Amino acid sequence: MTFDQKYFDIGRLDRLSYQDTFMHRLDPRVKVIATIFFLLTVISFPKYEVGGLLPFFLFPVLIMTVGEIPVMFIMKKVMLVSPFALFIGVFNPFLDAGTVAVIGGIPVAAGWLSFLTIILKFVLTISAALLLIATTSFPGVCHALRLLGCPALLVSQLLFLYRYIFVLMEEAMRMIRAREIRSFGGRGAGIKGFVRLTGVLFLRTVERAERVYYAMLSRGFRGDLSILKRSRLEWKDMAFLAMTVVMLIVFRYYQVTEELGCLVQELIR
Amino acid sequence: MSHHIVAFKDVFFGYPDGTEALRGISFRITHGESVGIVGANGAGKSTLLQHLNGYLLPTSGTVIVGDLSLSRKTRQEIRKKVGVVFQNPDDQLFMPTVFDDVAFGPLNLGLDEAAVRERVQGALNMVHSLELRDKPPHHLSSGQKSAVAIAAVMAMEPDILVMDEPAANLDPKSRRALINMLKTFKHSKIIASHDLDLILDVCQRCLVIKDGLLVMDGPVAEVLSNQALLEENNLELPLSLQRG
Repeated sequence: MTFDQKYFDIGRLDRLSYQDTFMHRLDPRVKVIATIFFLLTVISFPKYEVGGLLPFFLFPVLIMTVGEIPVMFIMKKVMLVSPFALFIGVFNPFLDAGTVAVIGGIPVAAGWLSFLTIILKFVLTISAALLLIATTSFPGVCHALRLLGCPALLVSQLLFLYRYIFVLMEEAMRMIRAREIRSFGGRGAGIKGFVRLTGVLFLRTVERAERVYYAMLSRGFRGDLSILKRSRLEWKDMAFLAMTVVMLIVFRYYQVTEELGCLVQELIR
Repeated sequence: MSHHIVAFKDVFFGYPDGTEALRGISFRITHGESVGIVGANGAGKSTLLQHLNGYLLPTSGTVIVGDLSLSRKTRQEIRKKVGVVFQNPDDQLFMPTVFDDVAFGPLNLGLDEAAVRERVQGALNMVHSLELRDKPPHHLSSGQKSAVAIAAVMAMEPDILVMDEPAANLDPKSRRALINMLKTFKHSKIIASHDLDLILDVCQRCLVIKDGLLVMDGPVAEVLSNQALLEENNLELPLSLQRG
């Protein structure tokens, strides 16, 4: 993937967050709380609980449907970071070799179950985080964090990160193009050129930071990035949060898949 | 009382690396005047502008804005009176959405929420950009960005408006819109630019800076039709005066 494509890929996630659907209109605060709660619930499962985790896929699927987020887009992003989880879990089947089941005469090590649990937890948590970003504008997430008591300095950092990552990437893109045009695939395209390019980019960033700071000072900045609150909690926000929390608790403490299975068996009989 | 004057009295400024950027500049701009500042690259225009709201302090000499003399103590007050619009809107628009950016100045002035909303609404209306309110700056075009940058400064209701190359990066139509907008502002205006036609259109008076010195100060039509002077300063006759 070239740098240009990468750039537009990030831009796409950002554009998605400015859609206008039910999910996007919800107050960022309830979405942040719901996501944190979801993450904690998923992580809290013990390591052999594969069945208990499966119903949780309902959440990302629902959010993607209601929020009109393309499935493949999120899947690709999850795949991109999946090596981390794979490396964490890949030795489990050998380290934890106790047999838990025999399928078709082949014994299955307990490690396979815990490996699968790690993968499931990973997919669930990453997609939840991605979906939060895809359904909530980044400034929205930042305001929510601030209102929920996150330190002001950290939130300011995040806001600047969001504001200037696009400016910085555009600057880098221009430099990379200029280099490509004049390097003809030969010298200059290598690592040496890259090092210099990064250096120049850094210097430009420092200079820009100075100009931005000047702009902030001239508008009365004295150390606090104050922001007007923009949204009020409405009934639908509270309803969304309440329903999510109740469902999460039910999924956590009842074997929903097992009970459903039993129910179906009863019906068949 | 508050006459929106700007006065430089024998101002010198040297950068830490030894460059003498201003070498004794004196002038006085009175209430409601529009003044253009022109000069070659590196003549000291930007350095001069950075004194207007106390980002730089003169090495010697005095800068007076309103009834305050610029110093480390008064610069916060002076920043409330002088609004600076930067050349690059990406430097100026540092908040994540247009609304937050325009509200930034008024919030720092300590206004309450209702007043801030009113100011933001008014300022965005003035530059015909109210519908951009909730957009993040990186989704705007250059013309929209510079309109919003002006709104962000106007929302503070400054007495004096200072602009550095306001029309750089604008397409001809946006540039024309900007010129028409500037003409409607009743503030004292100080505009540094290489776009001499813009200065001829908007300003009544023009200062020419060369190597940190003021070499000419006079009515705009007179200064900008002085071909010899302009060429000495790497400038040209404004296009509108070339045809005649």
